Amino acid sequence: MAEVIVEEKGKGGKKKAKKHPPRIDMTPMVDLMCLLITFFMLTTAFSKAKIMEIILPEKIKDPTKQEAPRISASRTLNIILGPENKVYVYPGSVKPEEYSAVPPVLPPLTDTDFSPEGIRKVLLERNRALFKKIDEFNQQVISGKIPISQDSAKVLVSQLKTDDDTGPIVLIKAYKTANYGNFVDILDEMNICGIARYTFMPIAWYEERMVERAAGITPVPTASATK
Amino acid sequence: MPKIKLPTKSPHIDMTPMVDTFAVVLTFLMLTTTMRQPEPATVDTPFSISEKPTPDFNMMTFLISVDSKVFMNFDNGGDTLSKFRPKILDEMGTRYGIQFNDLERREFEKFPSSIGVPMANMKEFLDSKDANTRKNLQTGIPIDSADNQLAMWITYARKVNPNYQACIKGDSKTGFEVVEKVLNTLQDKNVNRFNLITSLEAIKINLEEIQQ
Repeated sequence: MAEVIVEEKGKGGKKKAKKHPPRIDMTPMVDLMCLLITFFMLTTAFSKAKIMEIILPEKIKDPTKQEAPRISASRTLNIILGPENKVYVYPGSVKPEEYSAVPPVLPPLTDTDFSPEGIRKVLLERNRALFKKIDEFNQQVISGKIPISQDSAKVLVSQLKTDDDTGPIVLIKAYKTANYGNFVDILDEMNICGIARYTFMPIAWYEERMVERAAGITPVPTASATK
Repeated sequence: MPKIKLPTKSPHIDMTPMVDTFAVVLTFLMLTTTMRQPEPATVDTPFSISEKPTPDFNMMTFLISVDSKVFMNFDNGGDTLSKFRPKILDEMGTRYGIQFNDLERREFEKFPSSIGVPMANMKEFLDSKDANTRKNLQTGIPIDSADNQLAMWITYARKVNPNYQACIKGDSKTGFEVVEKVLNTLQDKNVNRFNLITSLEAIKINLEEIQQ
């Protein structure tokens, strides 16, 4: 395309075009870019969701070949997630002759909640020895007394957990009206308190009765109750 | 003596290099971010102290909404290139006697978020172009013991890609019964390791607290 140059002829007095270097004020642009950068940086950093791992024991598909592992009743702690964000706890186990008696002889449930004063206190009390060991170890790593990397520290902590034979064996069960948030919360408490051995189990019918008695719900007959 | 007066100039900073660097950073960030896809159901994940980030590859995610619908998603993020999705759909098609054409396979591959459509409606879902119709067809994957399509999806997904890890993304208010069903289905298929997707929450407890 041809360029048409129009020469302006000054009439009369000559106008002297001021020689200004064309300067654009970049400040608003910088402002805007700054905002966008902050936005993108924050969204990239926070959009990544976190995961919590849980490994459940393999299902026993053939009860004649496999037997459920035996655990000592004195170390067992049963946690039942109840309705309305309640947590019920009872130690030990219910023997077959106790729950099949008429009326069944069932241990009382202690009810707590998810506050730090609730279930965490119960767990920490039973897990004090191990938690102390892990905590001392972590303190030493942080203060630099044991110079090792984060990863090997994690391995050593899990080794501490495997070697432990004093902490509770926690069996987590859920009543049918519990919600998923409770489930994640209780697993989270396990991690916070450094519980070495815990698993999730389906609830037994007599435990449902116990929850119903403790929470004051009138039992609704379901398929699982008749088992 | 008269003082020498410096001419007062407005301090003008040349912003051009700053703009340049900002532009570079901005382009980089814009190219690297992956926009989060809208899920078919809004889910408020519960909080936990876990700091482990979600893996980029080999994930099968089960989304459980508040109203107990189950959705699933394969090929998140980096897996999209391996095109596992159409293969899984084909396997499911042979199992349920539904023939999918190339167009439907493409649609299934491209679908940006979780899918919770029973196999009977899958063809209709993939053929429809209307977002609203699609939304109405997302009624959740059947998980009843009579017609456990979720179990089939898991079987075929693991057949196509044996490295799939199970991730469960549930709302904190989801009833536990449906979550337990999903867990049971997964365990029946010999998946015993689960990743629960949570949001980070920092909690610190100290020893003095428990020694009282």
